[in-house]
Amino acid sequence: MSRRVPVHITVNGVEHASEVEPRTLLVHYLRDELGLTGTHVGCDTSNCGACTCHLDGESVKSCTVLAVQADGADVKTIEGMADGEKLHPLQEAFWEHHGLQCGYCTPGMIMAAADLLERNPSPTEEEVRKGLEGNLCRCTGYHNIVKAVMAASKVGAPA
Amino acid sequence: MSITEERAASTNGFIGQRVRRLEDPPLLTGQGRYVDDINLVGQLYVAFVRSPEAHAKIASIDTSAATAREDVVAVFTGEDVAVLAPLPMVWAPPGVEMRTPEHWPVARGNVNHVGDPVAVVVGTDRYSVVDATEDVVVEYESLPVVVDPEEALKDSSVIHEALGTNKSHEWGLGGGDVEAGLAEADVVIERRIVNHRIAGGAIEPRGVVAEWRGDELTLWSATQIPHILRLLLAGMLGVPEDKLRVIAPDVGGGFGSKLNVYGEEATLGWLARKLGRPVKWIETRSEGMQATHHGRDQIDYVKMGAKRDGTVTTLHIKVLADLGAYHMLLTPFIPAFTAFVAGGCYKIPNVQTDVVGVFTNKMATDAIRGAGRPEATHILEVMMDQMAAELGMDPLELRRKNFIPPEDFPATVAVGIVYDSGNYPGALDRLLANLDLEAFRREQAELRERGIYRGIGFSTYMEICGLAPSRVVGPSGVGIQAGFWESALIRVHPSGSITAYTGASPHGQGIDTTFAQIVADKLGVTPDQVDVIHGDTGRGPFGMDTYGSRSLAVGGEALVRASNKVHDKVKRLVAHLLEAAPDDIELRDGKFSVKGSPDRGMTLAEASLAAYVPENLPEGMEPGLEETNFYDPENFVYPFGAHAAIVDVDAETGKVSVVRYVAVDDCGPAINPMIIDGQVHGGIAHGLGQALFEHVAYDEDGQLVTGTFVDYALPTAAEFPSFETDRTETPSPVNELGVKGVGEAGTIASSPTVVNAVVDALRPLGVTFMNMPLSPMRVWEAIQAAKGGEGKGPALAEGGGQ
Repeated sequence: MSRRVPVHITVNGVEHASEVEPRTLLVHYLRDELGLTGTHVGCDTSNCGACTCHLDGESVKSCTVLAVQADGADVKTIEGMADGEKLHPLQEAFWEHHGLQCGYCTPGMIMAAADLLERNPSPTEEEVRKGLEGNLCRCTGYHNIVKAVMAASKVGAPA
Repeated sequence: MSITEERAASTNGFIGQRVRRLEDPPLLTGQGRYVDDINLVGQLYVAFVRSPEAHAKIASIDTSAATAREDVVAVFTGEDVAVLAPLPMVWAPPGVEMRTPEHWPVARGNVNHVGDPVAVVVGTDRYSVVDATEDVVVEYESLPVVVDPEEALKDSSVIHEALGTNKSHEWGLGGGDVEAGLAEADVVIERRIVNHRIAGGAIEPRGVVAEWRGDELTLWSATQIPHILRLLLAGMLGVPEDKLRVIAPDVGGGFGSKLNVYGEEATLGWLARKLGRPVKWIETRSEGMQATHHGRDQIDYVKMGAKRDGTVTTLHIKVLADLGAYHMLLTPFIPAFTAFVAGGCYKIPNVQTDVVGVFTNKMATDAIRGAGRPEATHILEVMMDQMAAELGMDPLELRRKNFIPPEDFPATVAVGIVYDSGNYPGALDRLLANLDLEAFRREQAELRERGIYRGIGFSTYMEICGLAPSRVVGPSGVGIQAGFWESALIRVHPSGSITAYTGASPHGQGIDTTFAQIVADKLGVTPDQVDVIHGDTGRGPFGMDTYGSRSLAVGGEALVRASNKVHDKVKRLVAHLLEAAPDDIELRDGKFSVKGSPDRGMTLAEASLAAYVPENLPEGMEPGLEETNFYDPENFVYPFGAHAAIVDVDAETGKVSVVRYVAVDDCGPAINPMIIDGQVHGGIAHGLGQALFEHVAYDEDGQLVTGTFVDYALPTAAEFPSFETDRTETPSPVNELGVKGVGEAGTIASSPTVVNAVVDALRPLGVTFMNMPLSPMRVWEAIQAAKGGEGKGPALAEGGGQ
């Protein structure tokens, strides 16, 4: 019933040509159109950050971006983080330091952390905590998430 | 070296080791499978029309505009959704008059809280079905709204006419004689402690997908209780249990909030059958804040008496429990849980808890992480500090004076239950070894000169978990209409790999790994050879699911017993094949071998193949290698510990900062210390969240004013320090592993810890008592009130939440 508009979006290195309703959120485009269900939805007010992915190299909350705004852009999701069988250092660190429990916030948390470390490769613990303020986790009390991000940074794992 | 590292070093097995989680790789790479990740061919989307009114008669519902939309398949109202029974509540305490209002999946007649569903819309896509809800026109005739539980009790306006009163029930548990205890006391203190309403806050919202095929219904739900849900939905939907399969796929956290039988689950099951097409509903966060059950919400009127020397002689708690608008699965039972552990880790001879449950026009309360025990610990540990101040005693000295001594275990306490094991002074000693109290006092003095008030608070908690001996909590005991055993099935495949089915249904607790470690040690394999299956009623035996920190102590023990049966069968088989006596076979270095001749032995895989290709079995032995166990525990288990918080309060702004949080917990011997630490961290954060930030608040019209994560103030990483954790290990005699639960301990311990710390910080300013949440505004008000009010407890600070 509703008008659809064409978009060209490159996701994890693969170019997709699709037609979407103008109001389609990027997160629903990724999940429902492309079947990339690693990007999650946990709220409707852009607080929880479960939907965080990268748009042209910067982390965004994909529930607050329209798919049409990503037209022509390069999107990276959690599915694009590992290099084949080899996990991304953040994925490895989250595994090693028990940075996840239910796993629901994890993809967004890793994408936000990747952006944080890109901008600040040697953060202090406080900078990591401030930097992840836009991503909510209810399981871990953030303790092991912070530890994992520190371990994946240039600072390295605490003794 | 910590205790755990010492233990790990002393064993070659996997039990006690920090094994990385087996469940993590898919979750780390976006390959998890949560309910919203399931899409079925021909699937329709469902959205609910919800009441914006807290209490109203539904005068009319006009669905014509919505139905006329091309993208809408059907719209149904309350009477249309013809399930056979209302939503269940399963507590029927013998001899207690329990008033339970009818509660249908979609409201019939009246709505009783904001978010009560009044109609359900089914359409062809995710977005338009939400549009269509706005085309459903509902006329409401407003009714008087009751929000304050103390007001509700006066019955000046009754919510459920058929009940004639807002009082749900009265129930009590006690032992000794509280009046005699009062007579003995030199000092009696009374406090009104408000334990305000909070949310579970799982980051994955609830969601359901349902599919009807032939005569079978399959329902995927973000639930903690697939087995219980199936049993109860079978009755509501008139579908035989064997034709109804409930699957909890990956579940993104629960914290109690997914421990229920929700109207949406029943409605989706009904819709799938009615429409003959798969249906999907995914809760929005705004819906979740309105219509996923809340927790706590007690006003506790507490009286404690003690002798001058600090001996506590009596404790009397009157609990006014705000149940919200309905009874859900365990709503009225939750405050009863408070009563079981009211006496905590102290030898208090006279303890009585009297509960009154009352209905209000809010969402129902039910189990949220700790479920009644955080309330109990909060009451007791706040009161211990209050009493210490009254007596002029050190709060820790008062606690030590009243601890149940280690030699008293198993210890029968006043309310009649038997604590299995404990070493309360041991945990406190260990905590103090992790703190530098002298340094704290030094820093406290320095900071105070700069207007920063530093305080330290403690709680020495115990709790009850491992639900439960069925004869104690079942129909003729406490009155829950169920048994609380757990099941396990070990299936060794011919090649020697293992599938272990558990009736527990974890959702983040790392049970796949913990259980694989146990089975691996029992059967001489590695954890990655053990696939743990849970959360699917179509695979494995009936189970009793995951809540109340029960999975390891009950489900883990069932698994131990099933593994032991497999172990014994393998021994008999290997003995037969190697012509040795079964007693001479031992499991060593991954082989079932003859004692003293390690070369003569068989691996599990070799033995399994011999069991499935049964050319030479001992007389009477059945082929195959598979064993089941249903385990009903003899007693609960009783974890405990000692926590400390150091906080800084800015007296100018009222802002509280947690500087250090140190926790010593004892949940028996660790299976996986990394996972235990993780559980404690999350638990602490939930309790600190309640103590400092979180609050489900309704205004006087019953409007939810904290309807999003922003307003609710779910804490972020920036609000907390890193936590310091340590353990003591006191085995439970109840199960073979000696284990107790740990999923809720952190939450149970932490809210009084931080409240005591804030009060400690502010005593120099005359603040002596505060109710949660300790928001900057409330702390600032307390400071101002104390300045102007002779140092007594400030009135504003005692208000608590509604």
